[in-house]
Amino acid sequence: MREELLKIIERNSRIDLKELAVILGVEEIDVVNELQALEDEGIICGYHTMIDWEKTSIEKVSALIEVRVTPQRGQGFDNIAERIYKYPEVTSVYLISGGYDLLVTLEGKSLKEISGFVSDKLSTLDSVLSTATHFILKKYKDHGTILTKKYEDTREKVSP
Amino acid sequence: MKDMLSKQAVGLKPSGIRKFFDIVSEMEDAISLGVGEPDFDTPWHIRDEGIYSLEKGRTFYTSNSGLVELRQEICNYIKRKQGVDYDPKHEVLITVGGSEAIDIGMRAVINPGDEVLIPQPSFVSYEPCAIMAGGVPVIIELKEENEFRLTAEELESAITEKTKILILPFPNNPTGAIMERKDLETIAEVIRKHDILVMSDEIYAELTYKEKHVSIIEMEGMRERTILINGFSKAYAMTGWRLGYACGPREILEQMTKLHQFAIMCAPTTSQYAAVEALRSGDDDVQEMKTAYNQRRRYLINAFREMGLSCFEPFGAFYIFPCIKEFGMTSEEFAERFLAEEKVAVVPGTAFGDCGEGFLRISYAYSLDTLKLAIGKLADFVGRLRQQK
Repeated sequence: MREELLKIIERNSRIDLKELAVILGVEEIDVVNELQALEDEGIICGYHTMIDWEKTSIEKVSALIEVRVTPQRGQGFDNIAERIYKYPEVTSVYLISGGYDLLVTLEGKSLKEISGFVSDKLSTLDSVLSTATHFILKKYKDHGTILTKKYEDTREKVSP
Repeated sequence: MKDMLSKQAVGLKPSGIRKFFDIVSEMEDAISLGVGEPDFDTPWHIRDEGIYSLEKGRTFYTSNSGLVELRQEICNYIKRKQGVDYDPKHEVLITVGGSEAIDIGMRAVINPGDEVLIPQPSFVSYEPCAIMAGGVPVIIELKEENEFRLTAEELESAITEKTKILILPFPNNPTGAIMERKDLETIAEVIRKHDILVMSDEIYAELTYKEKHVSIIEMEGMRERTILINGFSKAYAMTGWRLGYACGPREILEQMTKLHQFAIMCAPTTSQYAAVEALRSGDDDVQEMKTAYNQRRRYLINAFREMGLSCFEPFGAFYIFPCIKEFGMTSEEFAERFLAEEKVAVVPGTAFGDCGEGFLRISYAYSLDTLKLAIGKLADFVGRLRQQK
């Protein structure tokens, strides 16, 4: 049930326990225990809400930054990754194979704020060799959810 | 003009679904649980293959029987699932949906006066197709106490000297019933004894929620007397592509191919290319959709239990068939009142045969949210009816 449970709550973490138990065909207590285990094991790391900030009046700018760094002896990329992810405006940090090392996503109020972060904080770190900043212009799909279109049932209403 | 129309065509009863459809389509904001097709879009990689075939200019007829590579993939699929071999050259025909295969399958084997055994409740096409092929439909009324399975006794008592073919519609639309290996073994014995043919409509084969689907062709001596029908509509969410197939003994398939050739030419080329992709790499999609259906199925069974509405547990397709006899109304009355009062459409069981009286077909090819909304309304409606009693 673990995989099925994870897939369901990855889509909808607000589903209630009783309903989860029903659709998984197990007892409610089993769901409670499994969720607890998944949290304890750090497999479930949080229950977030997907927000399309574009549709609000709140100004937000996000960017993807490719960062090339010099790995440190004995530490690899972990130290430098940690130094970067500790900034609250950084929303994710991935170690990437290929042309650069770290992919950092960043959220800020304005272009200025983000470019300020890159020039003042990120590129001045000792092990950072270079950065390339890409501003996100539009999000079409995020976390498997299409943001630009709503589902519409276009089927005939009754069919054999 | 006098006698403009075919008496046989005029004589066919119009589909009970059609009538209900007309009422529902006039209601703008009705929620419908009346749909007989998946709510999922065709998986993108399959659609993409169809688009690619168009870009490549593959816009011509295929051979009458269908693309060789598709027929080969179908044979591989049946071998993988059922462990039975078919010859892609002579024993497979690609049709316009499973429906065409039902039609030409009957016309290929029926002589005037031949009796066609049709277990009901079942899909709406068998009876008219049998009549148009010159056959005489003989209805076997399936029973709720048998979970709407066909029993050897029921079959035995319907067989006469004129019986030509048995239609075997499992997993079943509208009841959601399945036939398991033990059930098939017992009816296969009767079929062999009386030497009749079988048309096994397995369009919902991928959608079973107990053990994996078992086909009649796996039973001893059955492959050579069975027209196996399947298609892409339900498993791969490809209803609009109109693509199905029939497999069977060469002699029968030859006749079917002839009828298909004169009436249809060949199934849509774009759909055939897409279907090759579906069979080659669609297993995960099928699994994912099946998991979703199963969750909804469990949700509905539980909801009916809580409502106190009697319902056997269905293990196939995406329908549930609750009993509404306690309210003393016909299925049609119930469905019409439910629609008028709560604006939710369900299909009366009688649309699938007279013995569907007292039942409703509820489709769970809908999101859980839609189901929840509709079931809430059903609970209100049922509560009101019980109070009025």
